[in-house]
Amino acid sequence: MMEPSAYLLLSGILFGIGVVGVVARKNALIVLMSVEIMLNAVNVAFIAVGSYLGDVTGSIFAFMVMTVAAAEAAVGLAILIAIFRLKETIDITELSVLKW
Amino acid sequence: MVGEILDYLWLVPALPLLGVIVNSGIALFAERPLLLAEDARRPTDSPGDDHGHGHGASHAAPPYRKLVAVLGPAVVGASFVVSLLAVLALAARPPHERLFVQVLFPWVQAGTFSAPAAFQLDPLSSVMILVVTGVGFLIHVYSVGYMSHERAFARYFVYLNLFTFAMLLLVLGSNFLLMFVGWEGVGLCSYLLIGYWYEKKSAADAGKKAFVVNRVGDFGFLVAMFLIFWTFGSVEYTEVFARIPGLAASGVLTTGIATAITLLLFVGAVGKSAQIPLYVWLPDAMEGPTPVSALIHAATMVTAGVYMVARTNALYLLAPTSMMVVAVVGAATAIFSATIGITQNDIKRVLAYSTVSQLGYMFLACGVGAFTAGIFHLMTHAFFKALLFLGSGSVIHALAGEQDMRKMGSLKNHLPVTFVTMFIATLAISGIPGLSGFFSKDEILWKSFSSGHGHAGLWLVGTAAAGITAFYMFRLVFLTFFGNSRMDPEVEKHVHESPYSMTVPLMILAVLAVAGGWVGIPHVLGGHNYFEEWLAPVFAHGAAGAAHGEAHASAALEYLLMATSVGVALCGIGLAWYLYRVRPSKPKEIADRVPGLYGVVLNKYYVDEIYDVAIVRKIVNGSIWLWEAFDATFIDGIVNGVAALVQKAGDRARRVQTGVVGNYALSLLLGAVILVGFLIWP
Repeated sequence: MMEPSAYLLLSGILFGIGVVGVVARKNALIVLMSVEIMLNAVNVAFIAVGSYLGDVTGSIFAFMVMTVAAAEAAVGLAILIAIFRLKETIDITELSVLKW
Repeated sequence: MVGEILDYLWLVPALPLLGVIVNSGIALFAERPLLLAEDARRPTDSPGDDHGHGHGASHAAPPYRKLVAVLGPAVVGASFVVSLLAVLALAARPPHERLFVQVLFPWVQAGTFSAPAAFQLDPLSSVMILVVTGVGFLIHVYSVGYMSHERAFARYFVYLNLFTFAMLLLVLGSNFLLMFVGWEGVGLCSYLLIGYWYEKKSAADAGKKAFVVNRVGDFGFLVAMFLIFWTFGSVEYTEVFARIPGLAASGVLTTGIATAITLLLFVGAVGKSAQIPLYVWLPDAMEGPTPVSALIHAATMVTAGVYMVARTNALYLLAPTSMMVVAVVGAATAIFSATIGITQNDIKRVLAYSTVSQLGYMFLACGVGAFTAGIFHLMTHAFFKALLFLGSGSVIHALAGEQDMRKMGSLKNHLPVTFVTMFIATLAISGIPGLSGFFSKDEILWKSFSSGHGHAGLWLVGTAAAGITAFYMFRLVFLTFFGNSRMDPEVEKHVHESPYSMTVPLMILAVLAVAGGWVGIPHVLGGHNYFEEWLAPVFAHGAAGAAHGEAHASAALEYLLMATSVGVALCGIGLAWYLYRVRPSKPKEIADRVPGLYGVVLNKYYVDEIYDVAIVRKIVNGSIWLWEAFDATFIDGIVNGVAALVQKAGDRARRVQTGVVGNYALSLLLGAVILVGFLIWP
């Protein structure tokens, strides 16, 4: 059996990219995509560790996460479209009405 | 059978309480809406309505009034019957077994402290409940007639029944705590009834004054109660008094502690019983309806202090200093207020100062160890002073509210029953032999001279006060009932004798004012002092001390003192006759000759003004300072400061919420990093 460290490293790198995308980018679409990257980074870790331990639970969880991610993407994009129709922008620094 | 009646002792206070409940239901749900509706209608009514209102004849009485008029007196009457049966059952027992305690339920239980709700019937409390329910019943009946023109009829009887209930608690309670509850209850009712006509500012003020002055005394009573519990470990009468000999022998109960307890108790008594220096509220209390003055401010509540001192006689006898203080304060009050009584022109105020003076006599008796004589005078005073007040009420009623004696005169033909009964009471209070006041007052004077605690000076002051009493009481009678009419012609047309509901109680009280003293005829007059014998079990400790002093006093001396006091009283009456019947212009001349002295006495020695400057103003100014400087600046400053601080901090803190999603995501990340950091920390 192969050591999962390389996969976990990949997972960590992907997660880091996702985090940076969420925190640093202004475009809401890119932010959503970065969230997807973070979710998939977790998927990689799940499957790698599951396969290493010979446990199928890791794979099942990956399916679970994909389902949730699909639903989230659908809702998120719908919201984005609604926001764009209203504000004609999807720059998240512009969408800061919900504050003090 | 005997036991059975005593088992119903709880009915004595419970019956007036029933009256309170039913009457307050009527007052709240029947009378109040009616009066409010009437008030709401008034401004739109024709102005002529005011005339009809005075005599209340124009519109039919609401139906509930009849119920109140029957129920109010009936519950007190029933209570009197139960009291009488219970006392008779008690009297059937041998003297040393005349103590019955009925425990109803455990009331206050905290650690070692316990006070049950229990009633104690012994010779002392039996005298008190008979006076309270008996005289109380007559005054309730009288009130039905006297208050018949009042709008708030049910409210009046709620207060009056509540008073009777509280007073019975006070005298029947088997511990100091229950006595205190009754003590405060009668204080509350006194406040409510003095301020019965609360639309009148002077009445509302008088009620407030009575309440505030009584607080001073209540403080003393409370502290004394704490000391009693601290010393004896109980507030139950039977336990406290039973422990006195043991604790005194073991040195726990020193004379110092006994003096402290008794002096503090006496502070309470001074407040409630209107003695120097706290008597100032009682004359003002005359703002209340006259039957209230008779019941609360003459016959019952104001004697609560005397009852309390007599109840704790075993403690007082351990503290000679306290006894002396009680006697001196009593004697001083007796003569001080008697002199004020000479100059007053308001018929009720004369009687008020007379009451203060007679209460002084009772304390004088207690102070010289003659507790029996004090309670005896309490009883006879309840009869003749209630009669005097009710008689003055009848006069005021007949004159449509006139209280100034200068506008009365020649009323004896118009008000024959009132005149005869009031004249009898006047003879009684003056100490004319054969009437009740003679026996009780004479016993006090004799004891103040002969008892081991007595002193010739006390006797002298008491005798002088007796002469003054006879003088001002006959002045009152002469000014009111004799001479030429000085009434307003308008008032004179309507003068009428009072209805039977008022005159019958007067007649019964007149019989009592004559015969009430016959239970305590002294031995030297060939009588048998049943009263002293009856109370002997309660005052067993004191009897030894008093008898010790009497041993060297002879019967001849007693005759001499008796003759002296009667002679002084007759001189007082004669002087009053000369000044107000033979030479009616003389009093004015005398007053003009010493305008300074007359002014001082007329203005009640300016005691109210002195208190106002020395105490009331200072407290008011201090309160204003506390309000403006302390409360408004300091306390409010703290409260507002805290609020401002929180507001400022919140104003800063809200900037964190930028509304930019990225910032939130960053803080999420930071939080996650910190959490993970904690988790994987070695």
